[in-house]
Amino acid sequence: MRARGLVKRFGDFEAVRGIDVEVRRGEAFGFLGPNGAGKSSTMRMIACVSPRSAGELRVLDMDPDVDGPRIRARLGVVPQQDNLDTELTVRQNLQVYGRYFGLSRAHVRARAAELMDFAQLTERADDEVEPLSGGMKRRLTIARSLVNDPELLLLDEPTTGLDPQARHLLWDRLFRLKQTGVTLIVTTHYMDEAEQLCDRLVVMDGGRIVAEGSPAELIRRYSSREVVELRFPPGGQDGAVHRVRDLAERVEVLPDRLLLYADDGEGALATAHQRGVQPVATLVRRSTLEDVFLRLTGRSLVD
Amino acid sequence: MAVDTSATTTGTPAGHVPGHLRAIWLFVESMWVWYRRNWRSSAFSSMLLPLLYLVAMGLGLGTFVDAGGRAAGAIGGVGYLQYIAPAVMVATAIQNATGEVTYPVLSGFRWQKNYWAVASTPVSPAQVADGHLLWVTLRIGLSALVYLVIAALLGAVASPGAILALPVAVLTGMAFGAPLAAYSATLDTEGQQFSVVFRFIVMPMMLFAGTFFPIEQLPAWVRPLAWITPLWHGNELARGVTLGGLDPLPALGHVAYLLALLVAGVLLTRRMFDRRLAS
Ligand SMILES: Nc1ncnc2c1ncn2[C@@H]1O[C@H](COP(=O)(O)OP(=O)(O)O)[C@@H](O)[C@H]1O
Ligand SMILES: [Mg+2]
Repeated sequence: MRARGLVKRFGDFEAVRGIDVEVRRGEAFGFLGPNGAGKSSTMRMIACVSPRSAGELRVLDMDPDVDGPRIRARLGVVPQQDNLDTELTVRQNLQVYGRYFGLSRAHVRARAAELMDFAQLTERADDEVEPLSGGMKRRLTIARSLVNDPELLLLDEPTTGLDPQARHLLWDRLFRLKQTGVTLIVTTHYMDEAEQLCDRLVVMDGGRIVAEGSPAELIRRYSSREVVELRFPPGGQDGAVHRVRDLAERVEVLPDRLLLYADDGEGALATAHQRGVQPVATLVRRSTLEDVFLRLTGRSLVD
Repeated sequence: MAVDTSATTTGTPAGHVPGHLRAIWLFVESMWVWYRRNWRSSAFSSMLLPLLYLVAMGLGLGTFVDAGGRAAGAIGGVGYLQYIAPAVMVATAIQNATGEVTYPVLSGFRWQKNYWAVASTPVSPAQVADGHLLWVTLRIGLSALVYLVIAALLGAVASPGAILALPVAVLTGMAFGAPLAAYSATLDTEGQQFSVVFRFIVMPMMLFAGTFFPIEQLPAWVRPLAWITPLWHGNELARGVTLGGLDPLPALGHVAYLLALLVAGVLLTRRMFDRRLAS
């Protein structure tokens, strides 16, 4: 997949403002950004269901404007919102969808059985979809996206709205797929998801790409090794800022806390205590992509 | 790409693009899978209701009409039951088509969202549109067939020509259903507009477009309103082939009008589906 100067406009509003991206075969690639960044609009262009407004786009070495159906035949798509047929059974959802890819009845029957196994839904095979839990529906949507053995799998916020256990189960399944060589493109506004799944990612904000690299590279480039969080009662952090400023490469002032970016977190914390800074709670942790995002945009990913 | 693309597959063919007609048919097939599970809920209204009309009006009201006088003269000397039987089939086709192109279309976009799912496969939005319309065509055809058989058993069918009234009913149903499907595809609401369509278009059309009495009974200034309805053209054709007395020229005119509505409706529906699903 390759995009150059890719733009999506809705009327005179530009949702995607000229992005350059290249995803290699077999890679797990992420778009990380807050709501409204333009991730879904980008994904829909890559999925060949939304024509681009400007720029260049090649998917599986073809042009979506010319070869949309042929590209879609080889893609798997997990949309942000589930669109399962809730009045059909789990098995029927997989079989009916598989038929649209020109696959025989016998083939989709066998494939549905494999996929229900993969998604741990075999026990619910002949139940209607409607009463299934959110996690099960999401797993079914992912299973459905694999029915045509796609070479490229597009996942738009695969775990948003799920509980931690359901998320970990999904990550595990996606990880297995990645190991079999499927190219993954994932959008998310969770930095832990991006760190878990992606070899490489771009940080997106306001329709633009603001940084690109592997999670580790991005953290190295835009943040320190460790972060000290000092929590204060409302307003309390203002008085402390000047006393800790020189202890860190960078200090972020958030409404309820200070973040000190330092390679030696424990050391910085000890010095702060010696200087009489008295936060209500402290935490030393490793830098995450959340910190990268804060640095790049001055805002949090999830508020 | 020479990799095993899934943990679970055993060297199977990957997806490809189905042929054009096949793609349309696959959508019909998916509707059929749904229908097999859920047909009971709709069987009553689509198949039994018209028979209730037929019995209540044809047999009940019919005894008064057939008793003679001006009414019997106006319908041209056939029994009232046989007079309304072909037209009730046409009117029912319109009602059934209306049911299948309103909420189900809105649901495909908004609630069930199954159209969006199909649009992400090699099947195109226009093929989804065609598939939905073809499905409705088959459904109203099936209902009309069931109706026709039972009506024949009740002695309501005047001649074997009624077989031709069946395609007329389907054509008329879709001449109304296809443009309405296009309209439904433009809506982004909970479907409040549909009750207006039922109350102010479908019901009056049913009552005043020559189903239960000839439009010549209406005041002259109202008749043009009946002429623009597809139901009136369908009723004229269906009665003509069943009861006889259909002149070729008007017949051609009726068919041409219905076909024009149908073609315009199909083209518009394709365009609306494409606009919405590929934006
Ligand atoms: N069909 C549409 N019509 C108009 N505006 C849209 C449409 N889809 C998305 N947008 C707007 O484009 C921007 C980006 O949306 P989206 O791509 O969904 O972002 P994300 O997936 O990152 O949350 C948002 O401001 C959204 O309101
Ligand atoms: Mg989104």
